[in-house]
Amino acid sequence: MRADRPRGWRLVGRYTVLGVVAAVVLFPIYAVLLQALKSGPDALDHPSSLLPTHLTLDTITTAWTDGNLGRMMLNSMLVSLLVTAGVMLTSLLSAYAFAFLRFPGRGVLFVFFVATMLVPAEVTVVINRRTADSLGWLNSYQGLVVPALASTFGMLLVRQMFLTLPKELHEAASLDGVGHLRFLWEVAAPLSRPTLGALGLFTFLGTWNAYLWPSQVITDEAHKTIQIGLEDLKTPGDISRFNLITGGLVIAALPIFVMLVLFQRQLVRGLTAGAVKG
Amino acid sequence: MKRRLRDVPPALAMLVPSMALLAVWTVYPLVMAFINGTKSCDSTGRRCNDVGWQQFSNVWQSREFQHALGVSLKLAAMTVPAGLILGVGLAVLADKHLRGIGFFRTAFSSTVATSVAVASLVWFVLLQPEIGVLSDLFHEWIPSLKQPGLLRDPGTALPAVALSSVWAGLGFTFIVITAGLQGIPRDLYESAYVDGAGSWRRFTNVTLPMLSPSILFITVVLTTRALQTYAEVSLLTGGGPNPEKSTTTIPYLIYGRNSVIQNNLGLKSAAAVLLFVISLVFAIVQFRGFEKRVQYAR
Amino acid sequence: MAQVRLEHITKVFGDGAEAATAVDDVSLEIPDHEFMILLGPSGCGKSTLLRMVAGLEDPTEGDVFIDDVRVNDVEPKLRDVAMVFQSYALYPHKTVARNIEFPLKVRGIGKAERAAEAQRAAEVLGLGPYLGRKPGQLSGGQRQRVALARAIVRRPAVFLMDEPLSNLDAKLRGDTRAELVDLHRRLDSTFLYVTHDQVEAMTMGTRVAVINQGRLEQVGAPQEVYDRPASVFVAQFIGTPPMNIIPGGLLGDGSVRLGVRPEHLRLDTGDGATGAGGGRVQATVRQVEHLGHEVLVLAHGNGDDGLALTARLPPEPGLPGAGDVVEFAFADRHVHRFDAASGERLP
Repeated sequence: MRADRPRGWRLVGRYTVLGVVAAVVLFPIYAVLLQALKSGPDALDHPSSLLPTHLTLDTITTAWTDGNLGRMMLNSMLVSLLVTAGVMLTSLLSAYAFAFLRFPGRGVLFVFFVATMLVPAEVTVVINRRTADSLGWLNSYQGLVVPALASTFGMLLVRQMFLTLPKELHEAASLDGVGHLRFLWEVAAPLSRPTLGALGLFTFLGTWNAYLWPSQVITDEAHKTIQIGLEDLKTPGDISRFNLITGGLVIAALPIFVMLVLFQRQLVRGLTAGAVKG
Repeated sequence: MKRRLRDVPPALAMLVPSMALLAVWTVYPLVMAFINGTKSCDSTGRRCNDVGWQQFSNVWQSREFQHALGVSLKLAAMTVPAGLILGVGLAVLADKHLRGIGFFRTAFSSTVATSVAVASLVWFVLLQPEIGVLSDLFHEWIPSLKQPGLLRDPGTALPAVALSSVWAGLGFTFIVITAGLQGIPRDLYESAYVDGAGSWRRFTNVTLPMLSPSILFITVVLTTRALQTYAEVSLLTGGGPNPEKSTTTIPYLIYGRNSVIQNNLGLKSAAAVLLFVISLVFAIVQFRGFEKRVQYAR
Repeated sequence: MAQVRLEHITKVFGDGAEAATAVDDVSLEIPDHEFMILLGPSGCGKSTLLRMVAGLEDPTEGDVFIDDVRVNDVEPKLRDVAMVFQSYALYPHKTVARNIEFPLKVRGIGKAERAAEAQRAAEVLGLGPYLGRKPGQLSGGQRQRVALARAIVRRPAVFLMDEPLSNLDAKLRGDTRAELVDLHRRLDSTFLYVTHDQVEAMTMGTRVAVINQGRLEQVGAPQEVYDRPASVFVAQFIGTPPMNIIPGGLLGDGSVRLGVRPEHLRLDTGDGATGAGGGRVQATVRQVEHLGHEVLVLAHGNGDDGLALTARLPPEPGLPGAGDVVEFAFADRHVHRFDAASGERLP
């Protein structure tokens, strides 16, 4: 018997605690979801708004059309996919250099990389906005994507994973004449799949959810991402349209929720593979 | 070629993309922020004159910055311990071999899917004084939910922002701590169990020490996040309620829509650099303080 | 087909106060077709020596030649050597077939040809049925063969092997030894093989290089090294149980130490049948180990010099028991003489 497997009443107690806690954590999501699935008046009739009756997709569809959310979702999707692919690429390359190559100045460069992680966006945003401006990147996809393409977090995560691979693999490959890129694609990357999956998921999530930087570089409707666009649904004063925003919230969070449900285990496994081992 | 230098060309090729990006989008703006922090510019940002390093201490001593610093620190004091305790609690609760535990794990990590913007708007909806669910359900116990509204009452606005922030960060904390828990070798628990340690002793003697690297990481992340709180404030309160400005954090002071230094690049840069230094000091202190106690599992 | 030559190789790890000399001025010539064993205890520098031939480490001083070409600055992949690692270093996500053909793929050899080559190498090692499996689904012995096949398929000039049998169980190790010797004969190329196991050294090598603390102690054919060990270290490292070393003072010459192998010690039953001209030592029996085909008598000398003796005797009646005082005798022709100070063999 495992030391931590309870039985009988303790089991019931444990499920009860888990259930109550889950209910509390999920309550905000549940309340907003139900409001989004009701017509305006029903949504505001509390506490019956919390009962799953009189459900309709009207609010969500209205939010979708009125808020121009389709366009924003596409923007968010495009930007998040590009950034995720880019970050995985740059992280793989820099992690490989730090994990497998020996060159003078490696330690100094590594410290440089890590130090950049400590610089908060708040410090860089003002100047970066000007840089984007002078490049003509305001209100453009480049402006949203390019500055996010290098990730020290990603480099560290992948490097940590690479360091757990047996050294002999790399030595055997170098004796067999395997080039660096081939080793990276054919050996190191496939063996680091869980870590890369976690990195990809986190990067996608972070980009999808980014707020400060998009709010600074994007002002036009054509390039707005969903996160900064949602606010437009927050029309003060007009109570009848109030729950439109709940429809917008559901739409904005849905893709990420689906990803989370599908990949929750991989996320934890990917982090366990590299991060925990000092 | 000598082995010492043999790896230099491939290493350079592999590092250049990241290095170039970091140089342009992180190092350059950091240096510029320091330089701009010493200047005073007009609203167009073209004509500037040099104020010197004096400006940093001017900003630091200004009433607005001191107030915003106080708000940011209060926010951190509310969100970091709460987020940490809740996150560890949830992770330990869900770290059991039970049927259906996957559902609970997904539930507990679900707030990772809600961005700060989404989470803030969720709470904005729930706490809306006239028609929010929570306001309608609980106003008999907490009158300020209705009058004037939790987000409009100078006394409760900041705790309400903190509530939204803690909730939004819970999923991430849960995932990192869960990963940490799964890295703890099971035989440690089993040997503690055989030694007759009860569940509380196993928690304090095995779980907590073995989790310390994850806890340190989360503490630093949560603190940094709290000090850099912007979106929650922007969406929930707009820095108000005014005139108390009860929720004007440092980032909101710098970037907020009705920021008093909106068009003053020099002041904005100086304030941002000060924020960076404060975050850095906190991170260093936390690393130092933890260093001796952290157990790195091998 | 190639010969390997090491000239005054020294390898120092670290620098300053932490510098550690792993290999100390080793010169060694390995002719074409030889099965050369680098033998020594763990940490003696033998693996470092092998890795310098492979190009995975740079010598601090000295030169490595392969076929009279100095390869110090030649990349590993251009040295035409293949290496079998102790951990096998198989790619866990690739099938056996893909593992074996990977070195060929890297060299741009066509799909059909490399499949055929991999097939052939797999047949040689009896891996035919496992080509579609992943390393994780194989036993230790099978994995070891995959590692060998991956080396063979390249037809390298020199095979380097770093304790390839040490992760196998005893029975499998015995079988594989014979197969490796067979393989060496068939491939007709140069093998450089690192081990700490003297049985592997004795049974497989055409020559053995014994290394201790980074220094080359002796090079020679296995029997020669056994029969005429160049130092006390070699004498005691090769042969089980190890050679008995008796202080010369016991027999009247303090400047030498005498070595006698356990099989050359005889019980002196006092009837004079053991013959004369050698020496004799009095000892107290500590333990008697019956191994079936032979008996080991472990004893300690009756002096206060801590002398320990082991004798290897036939399982015949009349053996002593623990606590008995006995006298061991040995013939002069079986005595090895070593300098008491340096430990080196005296002619």
